[in-house]
Amino acid sequence: MPWLKFMAATRSRSGFNMNEIANYIAVDTIEEAAETLAAGPVTVLAGGTDLMLQTEAGTRSYAATLMNIRRVAELRGVGLEDGSLTIGALTTVSDLLADPIIGAHCPILAETADQFASPQIRNMASIGGNICNASPAGDLLVPLIALGAEVALVSKADGALHSRRMPVEEFVIGPGASKLGDTEILTFVHIPSQDGAAGAFRKFGPRPALEIAIAAVAVTGRIEDGKFAHMRVAFGAVAPTPVRGRAVEAALEDKPATDETINAALAATDADISPIDDVRASAWYRRHLIRTLTQEILADVFRA
Amino acid sequence: MSSELEISFILNGQARSLIVAPSAVALSVLRDDFDLTAAKKACGEGECGACTIIVDGASVCSCILYAADLDGRNVQTVEGLDAGDTLDPVQAAFIETGAVQCGYCTPGMVMQIKHLLAENPDPDEAAIRRGLEGNICRCTGYSKIIDAVKSAAITMRAG
Repeated sequence: MPWLKFMAATRSRSGFNMNEIANYIAVDTIEEAAETLAAGPVTVLAGGTDLMLQTEAGTRSYAATLMNIRRVAELRGVGLEDGSLTIGALTTVSDLLADPIIGAHCPILAETADQFASPQIRNMASIGGNICNASPAGDLLVPLIALGAEVALVSKADGALHSRRMPVEEFVIGPGASKLGDTEILTFVHIPSQDGAAGAFRKFGPRPALEIAIAAVAVTGRIEDGKFAHMRVAFGAVAPTPVRGRAVEAALEDKPATDETINAALAATDADISPIDDVRASAWYRRHLIRTLTQEILADVFRA
Repeated sequence: MSSELEISFILNGQARSLIVAPSAVALSVLRDDFDLTAAKKACGEGECGACTIIVDGASVCSCILYAADLDGRNVQTVEGLDAGDTLDPVQAAFIETGAVQCGYCTPGMVMQIKHLLAENPDPDEAAIRRGLEGNICRCTGYSKIIDAVKSAAITMRAG
């Protein structure tokens, strides 16, 4: 930064003995990130909101190398092509909330971003981080599964970059666990054209802000000739991962948009979820909330 | 690569450099190395907003921010708001409306309100409440703080 005239740096008085990170590297490109990962083991730092908490709490330890990807400019932003969206992994939750392309083509993501944590956390947290953290209650995972979103995973081997794509629904495999390989970086989220489908996200917790959902529901689809069509449903915080609501989808698809159909869909929710009792809510209450939130969305959004 | 790194950034308008550990927390660096003790550690988990600072124009919780991430960025804390004897309009509004009791949450509140009013110069009460949803105050009951935001917004719009 030639525009700055710095004094010689002094050494921080705090925090030198509290970590075992041998190397810190801030990369500028996807290729550099993939090269660093290939030389691994690496802990990836994006927004840092989960990483800092987990390492400070001792539930996660650092790999030998801490790689900061924040400066990888190509990983931040939203693109649109033929109705399909490409979202860079470093795009913040605040970006999702404010982005005009998201607002026009994928409002359910903006609606979810609006219910995500707090303004400060939204300014820090990235979509890629929220996916890789793989929380059963991860807010963004729920609409992403309903939207049929895919993640792009990039690695470098034999001198070349390799990329594979996988539905978010398959990527997240358990609490904190995903199919992300040790040498892979999640680069982009791809959302297929929604072609004018409606959608809505609801979550519930004791207060609106800064709440880990005790139940969350996302539904996308539309009414065609008085019938539910192209319905996709996802539930959060009621299984080891956010899950697709296939039984509910089957109960809705191509059926008349009536109270009878909605009631049948609500009865089907139990088959899609496997909630547990924990400190935040009982399994019984989570089942009740899933039915209530699903009913709200189907009645308020799709039949309004 | 190194197990420690030099960060260089703008802190309240001045160029600063420091050598930090990769895992160092931004809040600790501000408080312990730069003696900027306005931002407070309370929950340490990003839940309460007492540590709120502004980085590149966006409010963030400095208690869960890596100091490494300050490198190359523009950082503002409450200490940079006043110009000598002249308080920032948000600070003045806090005094005018009596929005301070114990004061522990106040610096974080003030920085979050700076961010809120930069994004929305004329927020209604609902927008103010949403804008402060990440900041907890255990004294005031929030009413006076909301009054302070309304008052500061009027002052700032008047220029």
